[in-house]
Amino acid sequence: MVGYILRRLLAALPVMGIVAVLVFMMLRLTPADPAAIIAGDFANDQQVAEIRTRLGLDRPVVEQFAIWIGNMAVGDFGESFFYKKQVAALIMERLEPTLSLSLLSIFLTVVIAVPLGTLAAYKQGTWIDRIVMGFSVIGFSVPVFVLGYILIYLLAVKLDWFPVQGYQYIRDGVGGWLLHLILPALTLSVVFVALIARMTRTSVLEVLHEDYIRTARAKGQSELKVLIRHALANAAVPILTVIGLTFATLIGGVVVTESVYTLPGLGLLTVDAVLARDFPTIQAVIMLFSLAYVLVNLAVDLAYTVFDPRIRY
Amino acid sequence: MKWTRAVALGLGLVASSVTTAVAETTLKFVPHSDLKILDPIWTTAFISRNHGYMIYDTLFAMDANGEIKPQMVDKYEASADKLTYTLTLRDGLLWHDGAPVTSEDCVASIKRWGARDSMGQKLMTFVAALESPDAKTIVIKLKQPTGLVLSALGKPSSNVPFMMPKRIAETDPNKQIEEFIGSGPFVFKKDEWQPGAKLVYTKFDKYNPRSEPPSGLAGGKVVKVDRVEWLPIRDHQQAVNALLAGQIDYIEAPPHDLHSLIKADKNLKMFNWNPLGNQFTFRFNTLAKPFDNPKVRQALLYAFNQEDFLQAVVGTPEYYKVCKALFICGAPFESNAGMEDKLEANFKKARELLKEAGYDGTPIVLMHSTDLQILTNLAPVAKTLMEKVGMKVDMQSMDWQSLVARRVKKDAPAQGGWHAFITSWVAADMLDPVMTGFLNASCEKAMFGWPCDSEIEKLRDDFAKATDVPRQKEIVDAIQKRFVEYPTHIHLGQWYNSGALRNSVDGVIAAPAPVLWNISVK
Repeated sequence: MVGYILRRLLAALPVMGIVAVLVFMMLRLTPADPAAIIAGDFANDQQVAEIRTRLGLDRPVVEQFAIWIGNMAVGDFGESFFYKKQVAALIMERLEPTLSLSLLSIFLTVVIAVPLGTLAAYKQGTWIDRIVMGFSVIGFSVPVFVLGYILIYLLAVKLDWFPVQGYQYIRDGVGGWLLHLILPALTLSVVFVALIARMTRTSVLEVLHEDYIRTARAKGQSELKVLIRHALANAAVPILTVIGLTFATLIGGVVVTESVYTLPGLGLLTVDAVLARDFPTIQAVIMLFSLAYVLVNLAVDLAYTVFDPRIRY
Repeated sequence: MKWTRAVALGLGLVASSVTTAVAETTLKFVPHSDLKILDPIWTTAFISRNHGYMIYDTLFAMDANGEIKPQMVDKYEASADKLTYTLTLRDGLLWHDGAPVTSEDCVASIKRWGARDSMGQKLMTFVAALESPDAKTIVIKLKQPTGLVLSALGKPSSNVPFMMPKRIAETDPNKQIEEFIGSGPFVFKKDEWQPGAKLVYTKFDKYNPRSEPPSGLAGGKVVKVDRVEWLPIRDHQQAVNALLAGQIDYIEAPPHDLHSLIKADKNLKMFNWNPLGNQFTFRFNTLAKPFDNPKVRQALLYAFNQEDFLQAVVGTPEYYKVCKALFICGAPFESNAGMEDKLEANFKKARELLKEAGYDGTPIVLMHSTDLQILTNLAPVAKTLMEKVGMKVDMQSMDWQSLVARRVKKDAPAQGGWHAFITSWVAADMLDPVMTGFLNASCEKAMFGWPCDSEIEKLRDDFAKATDVPRQKEIVDAIQKRFVEYPTHIHLGQWYNSGALRNSVDGVIAAPAPVLWNISVK
């Protein structure tokens, strides 16, 4: 197992290398100059050129890349062009809202979608099945921003149950933290609930007709036990795969959700950095997201062994 | 329905744990963008200027009538030959760290601002020496008389000559300051700053406001709340939702299409805090053919009409004004000289001028910014009007930051350069010929577009040297008459916006920048 993990981590290095080259080159190809943005409307050519020199943007692209990779190798992600802070510190500040939003969204997704999908499979063809699948279609079809605004209008503006926007750090109170996160997490979860509920239904339906389920029933086990211990456990591998993919896809979702709800996380940082062409910040955040993607996939592969003892690495 | 009660109870408990009672009053304000650069001398960004007005003070300030009044200065006098200005600081001025404000601090601040700001640079060409003979006296010695001393030191918009402690003001003008201590009415709480999400300012208890009532940016800066939070909400609809829900108090500038939503709510009100407004502007690249020929530029001065542009963007006449004056309608140097028959959609005259100029059908690269809502509809209107007079237009859409990067390029339009773009200026930046950046026609030293006209430059110099208003007005008329022969840009109309507030907010001041002193929250 340890050997497998090490091999996978080593295999991630070229992936990260390719991401680094692509991100760096794409940013240099974008038609915008951070120095001109920083300098402001009234700056003259000389002032813009001075800023460009100070930021090192006047050096050859290859030299800029070598400096960036070299610094990153020793843990230096550079300084944000705009916030005048170390990018690593900026990312650490922004990690909590993004992790909170992602984990709560995954939690909501799993606790809602897996039972709903299992129930729909168990009650296949009944009105319960149709309602769950109907919800699933709606969840897929309604764009996140439309759903977000509907939730905000009803639950925040009209009923005043939740804040419209903003974030409260855990250190300032768990109640406020949760209250600020529920709406964005709900918004983000709906599409994934729809996806995983459908996936769970299909997987559970497949195993419900297996011989070992009939055997378990013949042994007199309760339906709940049959469903959870035998059906769901054996249907877990594809569900787990989708949950893993969901976690990775969430990275894209948090960018939009954090912008709409003004959550000061990595998503909002990414949007601000892209709009301002804050190269060091964009590069570091994309590298971090890529690493998260690789690690989540590894974690999912390792989790297979827990649910299916036949899988060995 | 026990579960609904349980949920309601749970939510109530959670809510009560969040809304811990605090005695202090807080104003929750949504600025027009996020603040990233905290040095208002180093950048001209309006958001940094607005931050500057929170924590710094100025020697002079513009009042509601456009007149320059003393602010940190108690009294001032000019010598009979107008070559020496002596300014005396008010008593009781303190920096946020408790140290007294001295004339040495102010001299260092003027020097740093004079190295960055275009109007400051102009003023410095007249200055022979800046002295601080004692802790409260500043002496400005001039090489020759100029009317710029007060107007430059009381300049209302970017870069505003904010005063800083000497040790901070001595920072290289090309580097950003790293310590944020002013003597203004609010203290910046750097420890509570959440970049991208929240900035916090608290009342400076030891601030000594002037005794006069507030007027524009002048008068007494009396702070009536304990704390101000800037919450940069990117999504305009979300900002309005938060205002409707009572979770914020004041939005600086909601877009026009959301005004009806705000006006429909009886708990909200709107207030135009910037009565001078803003001006849409079409900028030429005078280096690129055919705009290197003034006659082609004149053709557009005839072809355009402001109403079309204003209707396309603002829509409601309540929020716009057709204004041909180069130095803003309603401002001291408003003039119609030379502009009588311009901007009237005179296509016949425009075609004649294009023919005289020998326009050969070169496609005009018009940069079209698509992500700033207030600018998006302007370029398509310009394209239509230009095509009506027989020009070919290659309108290229891009985000604003791409436009910002491209407009500084002098390459030929077909090789990544440009012919024209449209932007919007705060009217307070265009009140006279020296202040107006787009009128600077000093060739290489001019702003992007690089107009080059010795006559305009001579008139701008004459304006700087003039020390009385009637003479300045004469020069303004002359400049405007020269401008129609050598257009550097075209005004597309003056427009306004309003801030949106809850009824519980009172005392917002009308000024060229959104200032938060004098505001109370019930």
